[in-house]
Amino acid sequence: MADGTVDFAAASRAALQDPQLRGNFRRAMDGLMGKRAAQFPDAAEWRGVRELAAAVRLRALAKLPELLERLEENCSRNGITVHWAATTAEANAIALDILRKVDAKLVVKGKSMVTEEMHLNAVLEDHGIEVLESDLGEYIVQLDGTMPSHIIMPAIHLNTKQIAHLFKRKIKDAESREDAAYLTDLARRVLRAKFLAADVGMSGVNAAVAETGTLCLIENEGNGRMCTTVPPVHIAFMGLEKVVEKLEDVPPVISLLPRSATGQPITTYVNMISGPRKSGEKDGPREVHLVILDNGRSSIYADPELRDTLRCIRCGACMNHCPVYTKVGGHAYEAPYPGPIGKILVPQIEGLETRGALPHACTMCNACVEICPVKIPIVEIMGRLRVEAVRPGGAVKDGGAKASRAEAMVWSGWAAMNASPTAYRIATLAMSRLGNAAPSSLPLLKDWTRVDNEAVRSKPRFATRTLHDLARAKGIPDA
Amino acid sequence: MPDARSAILAKLRADRDAHPLTPPASDFTPIEAKRWPDDDRLPRIRRLMEAVHTEFLDATDTDWPAVLREFLAREGVGTLLYAPETEVGKRLEREWEREGTHEVERVRGDPRCERIDPCLTPHPSHAPHGPLPSPGAGEGPTLIPYDKPIEDLKPQLFTAIDAGLTTTRGAIAETGSLILWPSADEPRTLSLVPHIHIALLRADALYDTFLQAMREQRWADAMSTNALLISGPSKTADIEQTLAYGVHGPKRLVVLVVRS
Amino acid sequence: MDHQPATPKPTRVYYFGTCLVDLFFPDAGMAGIELLQAQGLTVVFPQGQSCCGQPAYNSGYRAEALKVARAQLDLFPGDDPIVVPSGSCAGMMKKHWPDLFHGEPDEAKAVQVASRVWELTQFLVQALEVRLTDKGEPVRVTWHASCHAQREMGVVDEPKALLRQLANVELVELAREKECCGFGGTFAVRHPEISAAMVGDKVADIAGTGAARVVSGDCGCLLNITGALEAGRQPVQGQHIAQFLKERTHG
Ligand code: SF4
Repeated sequence: MADGTVDFAAASRAALQDPQLRGNFRRAMDGLMGKRAAQFPDAAEWRGVRELAAAVRLRALAKLPELLERLEENCSRNGITVHWAATTAEANAIALDILRKVDAKLVVKGKSMVTEEMHLNAVLEDHGIEVLESDLGEYIVQLDGTMPSHIIMPAIHLNTKQIAHLFKRKIKDAESREDAAYLTDLARRVLRAKFLAADVGMSGVNAAVAETGTLCLIENEGNGRMCTTVPPVHIAFMGLEKVVEKLEDVPPVISLLPRSATGQPITTYVNMISGPRKSGEKDGPREVHLVILDNGRSSIYADPELRDTLRCIRCGACMNHCPVYTKVGGHAYEAPYPGPIGKILVPQIEGLETRGALPHACTMCNACVEICPVKIPIVEIMGRLRVEAVRPGGAVKDGGAKASRAEAMVWSGWAAMNASPTAYRIATLAMSRLGNAAPSSLPLLKDWTRVDNEAVRSKPRFATRTLHDLARAKGIPDA
Repeated sequence: MPDARSAILAKLRADRDAHPLTPPASDFTPIEAKRWPDDDRLPRIRRLMEAVHTEFLDATDTDWPAVLREFLAREGVGTLLYAPETEVGKRLEREWEREGTHEVERVRGDPRCERIDPCLTPHPSHAPHGPLPSPGAGEGPTLIPYDKPIEDLKPQLFTAIDAGLTTTRGAIAETGSLILWPSADEPRTLSLVPHIHIALLRADALYDTFLQAMREQRWADAMSTNALLISGPSKTADIEQTLAYGVHGPKRLVVLVVRS
Repeated sequence: MDHQPATPKPTRVYYFGTCLVDLFFPDAGMAGIELLQAQGLTVVFPQGQSCCGQPAYNSGYRAEALKVARAQLDLFPGDDPIVVPSGSCAGMMKKHWPDLFHGEPDEAKAVQVASRVWELTQFLVQALEVRLTDKGEPVRVTWHASCHAQREMGVVDEPKALLRQLANVELVELAREKECCGFGGTFAVRHPEISAAMVGDKVADIAGTGAARVVSGDCGCLLNITGALEAGRQPVQGQHIAQFLKERTHG
């Protein structure tokens, strides 16, 4: 939209009209939910490890400034250069600076949500640097010129046929074969040449260990290891909340993340980087840089209730289980983080002016809260953001941006009606007598009954006598 | 950017001190409680890893080089990259020498490099090549020592190596994972770039959990520059949730289990 | 979820009917009262009651929600349980009232009231340990679990246990029982398209069971689901569990 407001409703409408897309998501998410459930057959084990993982994340947040300092100290001792960026612009400048110093022309990237947040690829391309996403899903999305639709499975919105077409169009000598194994192998050949030639590899960080100065990355494909091991320079990007205190804090996180995300007991690779190539070593990057990004996180941290947002370990399970996400897919959110975590994180980072609609794109069903491996009270935070959206001032960027006199009047009228038994009796009497005469063309009723001019729901029918009436008539005692 | 650093840290500190957070105790017992009887660990590791297409070879201290050799011959593996400074590497060299087929450092001029596996070629436009002819009797695959910096080995590493042999620091029963501990002697890419990764696992180095392994091996005291858990060959499900193996890393992972 | 001890069995309960029941499903509300009376309980229905405050609470208008919730507080003196024929409103009272009243002068009272709140089927099963005798014809039904009943009140098995007590009732569970129907209060009108897509999936799931009725414990879901069933001319009827149980057991 022209004013920068992101229109979730319009974007989701487009998604809903695409049966292919809806089918792809429904199938994929059903599969993921089933696989996750199969990984937690023992409820006590789930509860225990989940409590532990939540405690680990909370302890990290409790000591956040100290742990970040310790992380920096130990990374430096290990030979990792640490950079700090308050904004995405600063982070991009840091990246460009490092690239310039090594005269980088080709960058290969492993999955990193933070660099999506930074729009780093576009920035690098503007500076004439070729940048290649190497996670297969990210690679597909990059070829397609679109955005990831899921934080773990970026190309989940496409099916094999669509990907085969894409490869045929974009990759020289690709055959038109709708065969995942063939397509995977094709990508392998293209990308291996790039890993070999790349000047710099970039990655995200799943957890950074303050105690040892270790960057942990988990992945299945080996592209993350390629990016962090083969090119002469590795730059890792992390949000400042990704730190954990001790090495021992990693196993609980690793225990839950892959099981929650994709229903596998563990990812193929757990890659723990504690420094560049040491003297005597024959491989590994000569330089490792860690860019620690704030981008609004410290403001989230400031509020004791909203702070819980920062526990997130980015497993994506909340989107897999979100009935809204599974209907509209990831692109409708127009943000690096879709689904429930996106609905609470993105408005806090980008502000309620442009993102104030997101916390309302939720039925508050709590499916995400039930499965979040670190017990983030997502829906409570969602409710809090709804408050902040209509309350000027407050803790969140652009607080009060969605305040509307008309809406406020509706709610104060509603409160007046429901807070007084007399007013309530009169109002319900009026509704039970007259409510059914309301035409379906009334604004809210119209939305309820028709979508795209198709009947989706019949009008709710008011009963002619309320329960109050019936109870009185049947002599049910009042006190 | 020192300014960003102090500003961020000062803000975090002030906000935290204004609203301190008391985390619940971290109770590790749910993980510590995960235990398997001695006899169950290896079968469990095997089952979990085989489920994601890992292959297993059984051997002993005495015969593992022969078992490996036989596997390589059977699979038509032409070149094996290894770490010459490790005990395992030395043993390998001795064994190959005894068989009289010790070939090292020939990789650059070896015509076979050009006709290995179709996927070794860096560009899809290269015509696929036929499978390697199996080495004849007595002819072992060529051993290639990883004895120089990757910069001097890079093109060959990507185009001319079939398999890499590494050691492990054990395996984890809970998840079916190998522990790799790259070092000056055993480079990181040995387990990453070759199409087949062969990992030597001592049958007595098995742990219940990742937590137990890192505690008993005292990781926090001294980390490898690149400690790794590896739980199978490279895989992806990014194309419509269909599992495909060998996307960027090794296409095959072979665990050579060595019993005393 | 925490459950109050089941013994000694209560003899008197309060009934909080909820505004949706009041306006749209009063018969279901009445059926709930009668089910409780059939167990020998005295049921008190305070006429001053209106709404738990959830609509405003979930829309970001906490002050308005507080005003409405506060108007309910004095209607339930003493220690008797408060039974609610809605998992969603029960969840609002039990789980969110303590937060809503946090720091308010009447916080202690709100917490005390909240601690006495039960969802109807939960109360029937856990507190009363009811045994139902089916007097109806054979019928196949399916159960729609409301999100808040499941996840805020922890009511998952109780309603199905009650349905299974009925000899002539065949319960066929939904393939995606745990999935939200897309009502979500104001969500249904803020995002009508998504809501319609959600209830569309739900209705397809219901139709797939071959059930003649879909039974639920929450009127928001029922408005949504029965509305969609009707608009789609599906032959399945939606009904509140209280009314269904009463019909089956009272002959
Ligand atoms: S909010 Fe919870 S479920 Fe969602 S991505 Fe973060 S950790 Fe996973």
